[in-house]
Amino acid sequence: MSDPTRPEPVERAATPAPTPFPAAGNISDADREDLRQHGILLTSLEELYGWGRSNSIWPLQFGLACCAIEMIAAATARFDIARFGAEIFRPSPRQADLMIVSGTVTKKMAPLVVRLWNQMPEPKYCIAMGACAISGGPFKQGYNVLKGIDRLIPVDIYIPGCPPRPEALLHGLTELQAKIRGERVSGPQAARHLRADQPSEFPIPDYGEHDLEPPSNPALFKPPVLPRKT
Amino acid sequence: MSLFPHLTAPPGPTVRAVHDEFHGDLLEVSMGPQHPSTHGVFRMVVTLDGEQIVKLKPVFGYLHRNHEKIAENTSYLSSMPYTDRLDYLCSMSNNWAYALAVEKLGGLTVPDRAQYLRVIMAELTRLVNHSCLVGFLFNDLGTSFTPLLYAFREREKILDLFESLSGSRMMCNYQRFGGCRVDPTPEWLATASALVDNFPKFLDEYETMLSGNEIMLARTQGVGRVAAAQAINAGITGPGLRACGVDYDVRKVDGYGFYPRFDFRVPLGAHGDTYDRYMMRILEMRESVKILQQAFRDLPAGPVMDPKAKLRGFRPKAGEAYGRLEGPKGELGFYLISDGSPNPWRYRVRPPSLINLTLLEEMCLGHTIADAVVILGSIDIVLGEVDR
Amino acid sequence: METLEQIRDRLLARFPAAKIELVVNPGPAAEHSLLLDAAFAPEIATFLHDDEVLRLDYCSNATGIDWPEKEIIDATTKAKTVQPGYLEAVYHLYSMSRKHGPVILRLRTANRSDQVTLPSFTPVWKSCDFQECEIYDLYGIVFAGHPDLRRLLMWHGFKDHPMRRDYVAPDDYEWEPTPHGSVLDRAKVHYPATAPQPETPKP
Ligand code: SF4
Repeated sequence: MSDPTRPEPVERAATPAPTPFPAAGNISDADREDLRQHGILLTSLEELYGWGRSNSIWPLQFGLACCAIEMIAAATARFDIARFGAEIFRPSPRQADLMIVSGTVTKKMAPLVVRLWNQMPEPKYCIAMGACAISGGPFKQGYNVLKGIDRLIPVDIYIPGCPPRPEALLHGLTELQAKIRGERVSGPQAARHLRADQPSEFPIPDYGEHDLEPPSNPALFKPPVLPRKT
Repeated sequence: MSLFPHLTAPPGPTVRAVHDEFHGDLLEVSMGPQHPSTHGVFRMVVTLDGEQIVKLKPVFGYLHRNHEKIAENTSYLSSMPYTDRLDYLCSMSNNWAYALAVEKLGGLTVPDRAQYLRVIMAELTRLVNHSCLVGFLFNDLGTSFTPLLYAFREREKILDLFESLSGSRMMCNYQRFGGCRVDPTPEWLATASALVDNFPKFLDEYETMLSGNEIMLARTQGVGRVAAAQAINAGITGPGLRACGVDYDVRKVDGYGFYPRFDFRVPLGAHGDTYDRYMMRILEMRESVKILQQAFRDLPAGPVMDPKAKLRGFRPKAGEAYGRLEGPKGELGFYLISDGSPNPWRYRVRPPSLINLTLLEEMCLGHTIADAVVILGSIDIVLGEVDR
Repeated sequence: METLEQIRDRLLARFPAAKIELVVNPGPAAEHSLLLDAAFAPEIATFLHDDEVLRLDYCSNATGIDWPEKEIIDATTKAKTVQPGYLEAVYHLYSMSRKHGPVILRLRTANRSDQVTLPSFTPVWKSCDFQECEIYDLYGIVFAGHPDLRRLLMWHGFKDHPMRRDYVAPDDYEWEPTPHGSVLDRAKVHYPATAPQPETPKP
């Protein structure tokens, strides 16, 4: 980070580190491995829950722009997203766990993306695929382009690229799986959807006379203070 | 201000009944912008009498990315990568259309080898586009992905070629005004030529599966008909126009690039229905294979860039130019006005996808809502180009 | 195809009261155009569409252009004159039956603020339908006689015409990961006054 014009990396919502064998009593990994060799599987409910959820992610069938074509390519034979248990693209948000925001979110489309997000049941996750969904990308200077979907809904995984290759999407998906596996079911580190203080729905912006109103969700998006290094 | 406020107002609940004293109870359904078969973020407000469509209004703008405004504030060269993202299935032909307009504006020439390479890239793009389109069309017919898997298998092979040549699978940014960016190696040409020679096999396989399929015939023949005069007046271009029997192909009419040197036919339909539009694509792919084989055979040696072409700091003289070519979707045009500065004063894309939708309502009237999906699929739109 | 001069002369013979001007394109493309009198434009369009020789049955491209006011300084007298601004609609016509073209037509509004009405060509060429809506949306030219003039790309209730040269886009540049160029200038507005301003990276 020696380039003076580059800002400090932004603090994203902290992801609990994935723990392969979380708190299953006081049995050490070596002991569990020993037991496994005798045909006894020890696991915790938390672990089982995360394992199950992470391997059956149903994405929302919803493409916005060029990146959506790469998303389709990831679902076809060569890249085969089915290997990761995420091949069931659901056309209805009510049946989906994962929203892949694949492409440019325009201001005209943004309220509808938020509405789709609100219609998805918990637990739900969001992947921002491509430069446009992250920050507006090449179209950042457009008057009708939302400069990043994280201004309106929370994003779990960012996949840079324009467009990201299907492999990159698969990588993002495995990262998301790791994140899901690491989520706790109780305590202060509990997953977002299990905490009462975390909203599940977000306000839908209105079409204003010159811009969206509000242009971003102040509870979610705080432009970082920019004391840039000289 | 709007005459149809309910069409442009933010969508509320997507289904609501309206009462009309002449028609009894009509149902107004908003399809899209999130809909699995609108090919992106396209929205149709459909008024239904039972299952029949009595009115259909398309609503655009959900992917309006301000391409034209951005291009007017940047140099000629830096707009080239943006053209990739117009019709994101056919970046190579978009590049060419833009290069064509700038060359006309600046009076630039293109070396022979580059002209041949352009034809090769454009025709490979046509293969990609048409095979994917057929896959998507069958998705809309309810085959749930299988033909698309075949199409994407072939597409991946061509994208690999594009990637090894230009560095990017989809967004090739390959052509420049005055030529092409890099020269393909002999190995590349050999691989490409072998791929093209094998392509008819894929087409045969594809056609055996699809062309005579009974469900396909029942759902497409006689559906979404347009008359030739109607299509001409509405500015329909590309396979959609030729399906009505109008012999108009910009490759033949304008003879841009080196197309007059190639021997190929322009397939024509007779009924202007969805089936003919499908058949046009298949036949055009066969013609493209012929063009490609001739191009690989005749490709001359030489430079791929005009040595006099100046890419950075390119400042054409004041004036204007309209360059157009036959893209896979129809006539793709770029209209540029220069005021002598490094940025274009006006930069306009004539999007075939948008204008081909002009007749969508006429095509769908009287058909069922399930047919609207198929008709839309056969028009072949890409939202990046519709809304720009 | 006839030359543009011949077409103009033929049009003038047919519509003696109309004012038709040849706009010369100085560039190498040399695609000249005809500037039409808005009052006669619909009849002229119908004539061009139906004429046996021309048969311009296909309107390929319709677009708007914004020409804001320009200050012209006379080279000799140094006197400044302000050339009034106007909006322009340009149509590229081809003939599918005769396979020729293009014939380029231009229409100009009187100014950029209140007299922005032009006749619509949609009744003659349906292909202008969406394109004229788009011009209305982005430039604010009102097409009289258009069957369904509405905002095409921006939403209903949007007040501006964003493709005009003097349009100011909403400022949402408060967070720029890698600002440079004009984006950097716009992002700087949001920097706290005390924070050190980033420099433009050296090439
Ligand atoms: S990131 Fe690039 S490829 Fe993806 S939607 Fe944006 S412009 Fe298209």
